[in-house]
Amino acid sequence: MTESPALQSLRDTADVIRNVLPQSVLSADVVRDELIVRVKREDIIRVLLVMRDDPRLSFSQLSDLAGVDYPSQPERFEIVYNLLSMSRNQRCRVKVTAAEGDPVASVTSIHPCANWLEREVWDLYGVFFSDHPDLRRILTDYGFEGHPLRKDFPLTGYVEVRYDEQLKRVIYEPVKLTQDFRTFDFLSPWEGIKLLPGDEKAAVPKAGA
Amino acid sequence: MANVVTDHEIENYTINFGPQHPAAHGVLRLVLEMDGETIDRCDPHIGLLHRGTEKLIEYKTYLQAVPYFDRLDYVSPMNQEQSYAIAVERLLGITPPRRAQYIRMLFAELTRILNHIMNIASYAMDVGAMTPFLWTFEEREKLMFFYDEVSGARMHAAYVRPGGVAQDMPAGLDGRIREWAMAFPKIIDDMEGLLTENRIFKQRTVDIGAVSKDQAIAWGFTGPNIRASGIPWDLRKAQPYDCYDEVEFDIPIGKHGDCYDRYLVRVEEMRQSIKIILQCLDKMPSGPVRVNDRKVMPPPRAEMKGSMEALIHHFKLYTEGYHVPAGEVYAATEAPKGEFGVYLVADGTNKPYRCRIRAPGFVHLEGMDAMLRGHMLADVPAVLGSIDIVFGEVDR
Repeated sequence: MTESPALQSLRDTADVIRNVLPQSVLSADVVRDELIVRVKREDIIRVLLVMRDDPRLSFSQLSDLAGVDYPSQPERFEIVYNLLSMSRNQRCRVKVTAAEGDPVASVTSIHPCANWLEREVWDLYGVFFSDHPDLRRILTDYGFEGHPLRKDFPLTGYVEVRYDEQLKRVIYEPVKLTQDFRTFDFLSPWEGIKLLPGDEKAAVPKAGA
Repeated sequence: MANVVTDHEIENYTINFGPQHPAAHGVLRLVLEMDGETIDRCDPHIGLLHRGTEKLIEYKTYLQAVPYFDRLDYVSPMNQEQSYAIAVERLLGITPPRRAQYIRMLFAELTRILNHIMNIASYAMDVGAMTPFLWTFEEREKLMFFYDEVSGARMHAAYVRPGGVAQDMPAGLDGRIREWAMAFPKIIDDMEGLLTENRIFKQRTVDIGAVSKDQAIAWGFTGPNIRASGIPWDLRKAQPYDCYDEVEFDIPIGKHGDCYDRYLVRVEEMRQSIKIILQCLDKMPSGPVRVNDRKVMPPPRAEMKGSMEALIHHFKLYTEGYHVPAGEVYAATEAPKGEFGVYLVADGTNKPYRCRIRAPGFVHLEGMDAMLRGHMLADVPAVLGSIDIVFGEVDR
């Protein structure tokens, strides 16, 4: 099967990245027609700088910066940089991982728009960005505690606000729910159960079958 | 004692703009550090409309997540549904039927006009022109009727869904849209007659908040804002989705990247959208509007009356939803405000593991500080209006 030119050029880009940054790149793969590059956390600044300035890559714009939380992994946070090259019309996704408390170097010096995007990841995931010019919370309330997009943060949060008529101000209270959150186990009760209770013998393979 | 005239040290002072300010386009609080009338530093405080959309989506099935996208940028709902639908479709490996793709394009362009007339009109009002607001809102009303006809809702449509659209367009709607599209350029002309050569409007916008090409790239600008700076970048052309490679249109670009150019680019984009709308109506094939895959899209009502299997499919889809194979995808479309991206991480269950929403307004607002430095206080609403901010998407 022949590949489309776009896919072929994406593979070429992956090769260039591997050759230019052999020390920093852990893997560079094309998955579902998208280029995903995993790099070492310490080298993120160097990687993004080379990817921006090398004319064979020229990923000049940082489209997006996202955090993802995988609590079961040893380095639970994944920081995803979505890069765009307008001149070459390609996208690339660069990923680093960080454990809780590991600082990730801020890339605001390379892509100024990372400023708010990193503040958002700090706010919602608690990933610390070193050398960030202004690492404050951005989306949550003034004085908010916790990092709401972590998987161990409850959907309802911990506090709710209301206006108190007696005190004449807005007050914070622990969340009170009048009914439980309706969450169901949909992980396929039909296909998931291989063995019906009380029907164990049926599954034992017959000798000679 | 003789009077001694001393030089007073004049200190900068900070003023607070918003969060309840009519020109703040929602709930924006700006802390402005002023040197007299000149702005030294501008610190936007956002998040006053933060609803935790990304967190909520992690607890909803893929279909239940669709209405959240209407409520991000509530001025252009269907474009955002389209981004999300494309992301899910790419993970599922399905392609919607061509009629569905054309309906999506048709409504994406109607929505672009919906967004741009809202932006231009309210922007004109911010800098002192009331009439365009009154004229164009009549057109917005007509557009919302079209929304109403296909989806039953005037704004929060939940019409574009992974695998196609919710239902086919009602009979006769294409004729009504065509009639409207033929008449609309006259409205643009009228509006331009009030604004484009208007002395006051030009005094408030020309050379205000100018952004160079390099700045626009570095600050992550997309959409009309980057095009106003002279970069012909449009995802509909560069990375076509749905059937955008089958329609003809031009990309308007600006020269100076100032507020006036951003206005002009939006006006021309509306004319191009009309072109696309008419082409969509001409080329729209007949046929189904949903993928013929019962594991993703529900069966037709009539079939459910007779077929037990169809009934089961319907029940399973609207309780459990469909399971999306594990993987991740970044789908971006050209929303009216810029690149609207959805970075979706699926873990094989019926709910997204992570749904990151790349809102164009967020990065545009970030550029405010650099755009405003050295400008006057009165330029704040002009710059803010010209970059087209809606807080539903900025705060998510």
